[in-house]
Amino acid sequence: MYSRYARRYARLVTMPTNAPSPTAERVGGTPSAHALADVTTSDSTLRRFLHGLPGVDAVGLEARAASLGTRSIKTTAKAYAIDLAISMVDLTTLEGADTPGKVRALGAKAVHPDPTDRTTPSTAAVCVYPDMVATAKAAVAGSGVKVASVATAFPAGRAALDVKLADVREAVAAGADEVDMVIDRGAFLAGKYLKVYDEIVAVREVCGTSARLKVIFETGELSTYDNIRRASWLGMLAGADFIKTSTGKVAVNATPANTLLMLEAVRDFRTQTGVQVGVKPAGGIRTSKDAIKFLVLVNETVGEDWLDNHWFRFGASSLLNDLLMQRQKLATGRYSGPDYVTVD
Amino acid sequence: MASAFEYAPAPESRSVVDIAPSYGLFIDGEFTEAAGGKVFKTVSPSTEEVLSEIAQADAEDVDRAVRAARKAFEKWSALPGSERAKYLFRIARIIQERSRELAVLETLDNGKPIKETRDADLPLVAAHFFYYAGWADKLDHAGFGRNPRPLGVAGQVIPWNFPLLMLAWKIAPALATGNTVVLKPAETTPLSALFFADICRQAGLPKGVVNIVTGDGRTGAALVAHPDIDKVAFTGSTAVGKEIARTVAGTRKKLTLELGGKGANIVFDDAPIDQAVEGIVNGIFFNQGQVCCAGSRLLVQESIHDELLESLKRRLSTLRLGDPLDKNTDIGAINSAEQLARITTLADQGEAEGAERWSPACELPTSGYWFAPTLFTNVTQAHTVARDEIFGPVLSVLTFRTPDEAVAKANNTPYGLSAGIWTEKGSRILAVANKLRAGVVWSNTFNKFDPTSPFGGYKESGFGREGGRHGLEAYLAPSSPEGER
Repeated sequence: MYSRYARRYARLVTMPTNAPSPTAERVGGTPSAHALADVTTSDSTLRRFLHGLPGVDAVGLEARAASLGTRSIKTTAKAYAIDLAISMVDLTTLEGADTPGKVRALGAKAVHPDPTDRTTPSTAAVCVYPDMVATAKAAVAGSGVKVASVATAFPAGRAALDVKLADVREAVAAGADEVDMVIDRGAFLAGKYLKVYDEIVAVREVCGTSARLKVIFETGELSTYDNIRRASWLGMLAGADFIKTSTGKVAVNATPANTLLMLEAVRDFRTQTGVQVGVKPAGGIRTSKDAIKFLVLVNETVGEDWLDNHWFRFGASSLLNDLLMQRQKLATGRYSGPDYVTVD
Repeated sequence: MASAFEYAPAPESRSVVDIAPSYGLFIDGEFTEAAGGKVFKTVSPSTEEVLSEIAQADAEDVDRAVRAARKAFEKWSALPGSERAKYLFRIARIIQERSRELAVLETLDNGKPIKETRDADLPLVAAHFFYYAGWADKLDHAGFGRNPRPLGVAGQVIPWNFPLLMLAWKIAPALATGNTVVLKPAETTPLSALFFADICRQAGLPKGVVNIVTGDGRTGAALVAHPDIDKVAFTGSTAVGKEIARTVAGTRKKLTLELGGKGANIVFDDAPIDQAVEGIVNGIFFNQGQVCCAGSRLLVQESIHDELLESLKRRLSTLRLGDPLDKNTDIGAINSAEQLARITTLADQGEAEGAERWSPACELPTSGYWFAPTLFTNVTQAHTVARDEIFGPVLSVLTFRTPDEAVAKANNTPYGLSAGIWTEKGSRILAVANKLRAGVVWSNTFNKFDPTSPFGGYKESGFGREGGRHGLEAYLAPSSPEGER
């Protein structure tokens, strides 16, 4: 669909658009592997491409997100959604006060979120600062839980490129399975799209084959939905494995509307390039009810191909306990209360 | 779409509404039997279950209702506006309090999804009463001169597609301006009007101010023809509208008609595509397309036709058709066997005339009246599906090359009720909207209603406006010299 440019390039696409092909899951693949590669040859082609994307009508987008928020998810569907949501949590601690003890506790919780019920799925990952990656790796060793590390001078991203890359290198060397980078919002808002692109590509290279890359846009700072759509495409063009809303450190974080918009972006990107990219809303999702609304957005926008923690994550800390309480409620018929889930 | 995340049934409880086995006519504050003793059944379109037996009013009953309204008019119209407002505010609040019950009732009797009755119909009904309650004591400032006078007794005939909302559109402005009313709900959806009668009693509305006579077209004809009616307001088909206009021609009766439509939803190549797709879906599949202002013709710029259709088809595949009481249902039942037959005939005709028909994979329930969401492509202005109002979930897709061509095609219809424009270019919205002969033009949205916004048509879509300040005019006589204070 997407503007004269996108349409022209779309004809080059030969990959199937349903099942992700081996190259679609692009750990270690080069960003030029897909069909839209030549839109990034210069600042002006990139700008023209991003500004040629269809606009977003804010009222309509928010209305659609709100309308999907009225879906009523009950009984078996709720049980499925809660377990799925637990398995999609990137259990996060990103505090100045983080200590090895805190990170170990978080790791243990990620592996066995509910000590009273071992059938509870593990979370997808724990998410920590780079200096805590080794501790986190040890804490989740032997489980399927991944360790994600924020990097690139998180959360502001205001540092020289080599400082950011050193940050990423440290995280990867310590064993991070996933790197959550922040884009340079200043450069993006100044219209220097190629600078943003080049930085993502550079980080992507440092991640190499060992870490999947999540690209955080800080949607609250990009402010407009048009910007969020452009940033989504920019990130995907540069080789993001995941696009992620926010750091959780600003006033506006993940919302149903900005997540819906990013889901539309990954859907359209796959249609055009065959490459599937994940989505991670982060920050502000605290209740099971909220999480289920996001899963409905996934289900009705991109479908079951994304209903898996390889393709969708929640960046959250307090969400997990609410999911566990709701899970206990479904199992026992009663609300347990905060003393029956672990505080970490 | 997805099989992994199947939504479990989430039905709204039926027990919140108590439907009596039979209902009489509401005349002069009381429920009474029809003089002829005749009754008809109202069924739930999604199951064909009989919900209740309803009295069939004949000319004698209509006369009784008109006389009651005439008698009540003297005192009602003499009340200060602020007093009439109190009743309307009270009615609005009772509607809000009973909105869950009324939403379930409306869904049962009409077949539309509970999502719509809960989130669209009922909030709009209450809002309409609140809005006109606010006008009741400000009529001097409405722009119709000082001390404008009510007309008298209004005979109102409403359709089955938004039973309670159309009642609100008719009754709220009539009462606010000091008229009394005799209202005939549609034959297939009488229940919410009868519940409204109960709300009038609950609100302590003086007897005879609102009278509800139920029945089929004969009842409506008797009401329209009654010599002591001062005003006729009708919403429904263009064919019946023309008949009514002939009936009242040469009488003193004032007339407003809100009739059919064949709304054009115009999508330019710079439109916000994802939201345009939502708007197209909302434009034609809201209320199963049984909406007079439905965007039943999609005019899409040829350069984005294929891409837009692909997105639209993908979106239609996610629509959930089924039990209207399920909170996750997007598409409910067609209101009646008769309407289903009409939709089926017109859709078959579209196919026979060479248009390409498409529906998403969609299992229809075995009982009740159902029609799958349907798209027609390769449609031209000459096709019946591009000209006739289908009043069902059927969208005809046409293309255009330039803004002028879009306007010409959009206006090339005997109707003129609604239109939509989708573009990110503000200047184009204004330029195109100015050239469209449609009573309502939505830009980058569709099927949005608000009591403050006047609604009505051009050409064969009728005349007069409902809603907003304009909506008062239909129920007011310009101030006479005696009216001046």
